[in-house]
Amino acid sequence: MIKMFSLKQNCWFIRKVVIWRAVASIAWSVLLLPVTSAVFVLLSRFSLFHPIQWISECTSLLTASSTIFSLVVLCGVVLITGLFNLEFYTLVPSIPCSRMALLGTVLHPRQCVHSLVYCTMGMLVMWCASVTIGGRYSTLGIPCKQSESGEVVTCLNEYHLFLLLAGAFMGYSHSFLGVVKNMYYVSFQPIQQYKYPRFKGCLPMVVKCSVIQSLYSARNFAALYFFFGYVPKTWISSTLHLQIDSSLQPLDSLTGLLDFSLLYHLSISGTFLYFTWYLTVLLFRIYVTEAYSFPVQSTFTEDAEQCLPKVLAETNTLVMKFLALQDLALLSQHSLSRRLEVFSLSQPGGHPHNWNAISRECMSLLSELTQRLLAHQDAVASNGRVKSQSASIDTRSASSSSSGTEDVSETPRLSVPLRTPGSVFTSSVGGMHSALTAPFTPDVDSPFSSPAIRRLVGQQEPRSPWFGTVQSPHIMRRGPKLWSASTESQSNGSPPASPATVPSPPAANQKPSFLAQWLQNRREQLPEASSQALFADSQAHIWALQGLSHLVAASFSEDQFGVVQTTLPSILSCLVVLLEAVDRHFKLPHASSKPVRTVCSMGDSTYKTLRFALRAALKTAIYKITTTFGEHLNAVNISTEHRKRLQQFLEFKE
Amino acid sequence: MCSLGVFPAPVTAAQTLFERNNELLSALHPGEHSQACDLPSPQFTRDTLKGHSRPESSSRSVFLDQRDTLWMRSAGAWRDAGLYGLLDEITNSAEEVPRFLAVGSACVLALLRWASSFHGSLFPHLTLSSDEMVAEFSQMLDWSDSALRSFAWHPHTDKFAVALLDDSIKIYKSNSSPTPTLKHRCQRSVCALQWKPLCGSALAVACQSCLLIWHVDPASLSTRPSSGCAQVLSHPGHSPITSIAWSPTGSLLVSASPVDTSMMVWDVAAESAVPLQRVGGGGVTYLSWSPDGSRLLAATPSALFRVWETRMWTCERWPCLKGSCQSACWSPDGGCLLLSMQGERVIYALTFSDLTGGPKAASVVADLSETTFPGPDGDLTVGGEVCSLSWDPRGERLAVLLKGDSQADNHPSVIAVFKTRSSPVFELLPCGFVMGEAGAEPRFMQFHPHFQHGALLTVCWSDGRISHVPFYFSSAGLLGGDSPQQALASNTTNPSSNKLYTEQIS
Repeated sequence: MIKMFSLKQNCWFIRKVVIWRAVASIAWSVLLLPVTSAVFVLLSRFSLFHPIQWISECTSLLTASSTIFSLVVLCGVVLITGLFNLEFYTLVPSIPCSRMALLGTVLHPRQCVHSLVYCTMGMLVMWCASVTIGGRYSTLGIPCKQSESGEVVTCLNEYHLFLLLAGAFMGYSHSFLGVVKNMYYVSFQPIQQYKYPRFKGCLPMVVKCSVIQSLYSARNFAALYFFFGYVPKTWISSTLHLQIDSSLQPLDSLTGLLDFSLLYHLSISGTFLYFTWYLTVLLFRIYVTEAYSFPVQSTFTEDAEQCLPKVLAETNTLVMKFLALQDLALLSQHSLSRRLEVFSLSQPGGHPHNWNAISRECMSLLSELTQRLLAHQDAVASNGRVKSQSASIDTRSASSSSSGTEDVSETPRLSVPLRTPGSVFTSSVGGMHSALTAPFTPDVDSPFSSPAIRRLVGQQEPRSPWFGTVQSPHIMRRGPKLWSASTESQSNGSPPASPATVPSPPAANQKPSFLAQWLQNRREQLPEASSQALFADSQAHIWALQGLSHLVAASFSEDQFGVVQTTLPSILSCLVVLLEAVDRHFKLPHASSKPVRTVCSMGDSTYKTLRFALRAALKTAIYKITTTFGEHLNAVNISTEHRKRLQQFLEFKE
Repeated sequence: MCSLGVFPAPVTAAQTLFERNNELLSALHPGEHSQACDLPSPQFTRDTLKGHSRPESSSRSVFLDQRDTLWMRSAGAWRDAGLYGLLDEITNSAEEVPRFLAVGSACVLALLRWASSFHGSLFPHLTLSSDEMVAEFSQMLDWSDSALRSFAWHPHTDKFAVALLDDSIKIYKSNSSPTPTLKHRCQRSVCALQWKPLCGSALAVACQSCLLIWHVDPASLSTRPSSGCAQVLSHPGHSPITSIAWSPTGSLLVSASPVDTSMMVWDVAAESAVPLQRVGGGGVTYLSWSPDGSRLLAATPSALFRVWETRMWTCERWPCLKGSCQSACWSPDGGCLLLSMQGERVIYALTFSDLTGGPKAASVVADLSETTFPGPDGDLTVGGEVCSLSWDPRGERLAVLLKGDSQADNHPSVIAVFKTRSSPVFELLPCGFVMGEAGAEPRFMQFHPHFQHGALLTVCWSDGRISHVPFYFSSAGLLGGDSPQQALASNTTNPSSNKLYTEQIS
């Protein structure tokens, strides 16, 4: 990750655009902080029967020095949140294809640091909240009388402690759900909007999400505190030499927890906490996904780096590549003058460099996806399970050498940060939980009811179809390969799938083949995830398809020099080959099952339906070209099978 | 400005067959039937269609009344009718609940009713039931009484979909015999249909509670596609849906509901929606996307409509003088918008151009006030409010469906057809009236999207028949953006290899 970050730093786009966008989003979240704090103060001091007293108290509190200090602390929290957003955001969600991968990401050291920081920030925000609410929540120690001697000593204020621990809990669950629900995945909207209308449109959703999340967290925390609350309480009171006031009702009891005012303040503070964080995330998403207009060509050679053809070929800075593809899709639909620049010839020489570079880059993206799909289909057995790793590698090399699309893609291996086929089967860096899909999804809102975790802590089911076949020669032969596959996943940067993390001692004592088989079993648990992972970066392909098809369609009337005609056959065959691969992929089991729609969450689940969007975009792209060119396509030099397929499109039979 | 007075007198005795040599010919002329095209023209009568099935919630009257516990009834009320139902249930079972709860819920209920009646006085359409609302804002004249509920041509092939009174949808193709029937549990009170452009199979259906996207495989021979072929798109508070519009590139779908102030922009394949909210107007009733895809008209139930530009999705507000915008249509190049208002008997035109930065005011281009034509069986009055407008894809004929007076004997609804000319100035010229068989009134009309020999108007009649009226003409000047290409494509190639439109020629 550090290496990636340094790579990002080197790019002009990160330096000049992304950093400033992040700074602007953080600045806006800091500016909005006083407003949200004021609303929080109003709500926390709310009293129905003394409205005048309520208003006057709130106004005096808003100008008090303690509130100003709290604001400064909150600004620090927002800053750190913003920095984390900038550091962790991703345009391609990493989808763990197995439960091991998910566990690995949750236990990854980087994730642990993240959780720790969020716990601390949660405690800080809750401290500010408890100071603001005042009353019985304000300090950790309160004077109290001892019942025997009557002397005044400092006692532990359990209410304050309760809120602080709730903050830590909410911070951890935010961090945890960030992994599980892909909080840092930034998706692009299907339509373009200015930033302010978009923010206004999203605000109600953010409020709703933070309220719901806070209520869930409050419920879970209350349950947790009821069972384990005495541990931190006794620990704090012994280390800080605070007495426990026995005259008060302890909070880790049923009557102590059934305090309406306490629960109200807990949920209000939790809402405030989540809202602050979610707002930062929202503003960051809005700023980062704002369209950026790259020049198509430049008269100065030093600016050539920043022109669309060069930027599209860039592979290290994913955000720049995505924004460039988005810009390509937009210019192909909306801007006549920029389209003419794409179709223009270079001044000395008369070569269509712009069009060549752009079309080559789009086609290499698409053919890379085609190869990925073919490799996956070869690797997947008919029952939907992934065959052994070595087999898939063999078939991948075979398919890539025998594929007929090599001639159109001169740089098929250039797109390094986009996923290679192998990484689909191995557990991946920062892998995210994707078990939110159909069969496993009852309650994704509570972190502790996550089915993935439940499966993990549970023993291996004896009814598993693999259980009895441990000694079969098939598995024995396969075992060592799998073992090496898991070491390969380590070298890929994923957390080690070491036996220590396996919560099944008998399995660890078995010989390696059993363990490997068990691991293999764990790895294969999520069939739909592999399909999702294949299409995880398909937003880029969708834009490439839109851009290509609209440019080709526009070339019918706008291309004066016929530069598009030379590439039309390869574009058409590239699209048809991709269509065949996509069609075959959707015939696999689980590929066409729809994910369950998540009700309300800040985590973006757009990536789960990207494969459907890609299929629709692909068909629309082919239709766009066939309806524009009509019968002229008969004159285009393509193979007979492809022509047959295109004839289907000409007759609208697809 | 054109008025109905200069129109040739309508022929009441017989059905209009087609236009040729600048003349609308009717069935009075013998031997002309062979000219009619071979498109299917099915007929549906109210009797053959099963009556409107009961809503699900009322089916409980069939069963014996059984007293559930209060909890069960409250949960059921909450599920069926939301907060209102819950409060109503608690108030009604006052003897079982504590007194303070019953009184409290009665108070809250009264407060809610008062607030909603206040809201309803601002926006009167909110007091309508959902069926009444659909009938009010549908483009189909007399929607609730009609055997046909909606109609849509496929934009690229000879295929159309018809929504019927019994909530089923039938798809007719020009050549093949199987006519698929689409039925779905959620498919109730269909108000609008539209095929996805640049796609062979997807049909969007605006229903009472949701939006359905059917994927009807054109190659399939099945007559009853399963409901698994349909995607259900819904958003809380966004029903009933009265209008839908696909973007001409087929990538986005916009849906509108009169009770929801935001319209939804759907990415259908990803099943995600972006709400675009503007509070003024109290809802969105009618949507129309310009053929070049750059603008979108959104009419509200109040005297206000908006024109969105679809690049950054900002809108212009257009307050109207009298009523709300009832119907609208775009010229094929997207530069001109024709509108009709409720309560006014004129057609307005707005001309958009990128150079001048949009129009400042709408101009009146046609006057449609009542005109009486003498006829053999007494006088015939035509004219009135415009129910819907339709412009043929070449931009040469404009069809206007004029509401009649159901009380009066000789004042039926008719379709008036104008010739349109865009240069040197935009102008409407009279063409004639399209009449049906005796006693049949037009309910809905739509132009065929790519008729080769001119224009083809498809009309749904009140007797449940669908007929096609071709207008044969050679276009003087092409307005459409795509049509030069189409013309080029068909001219330059050998007719024997011309597979794309063979079905029409034959």
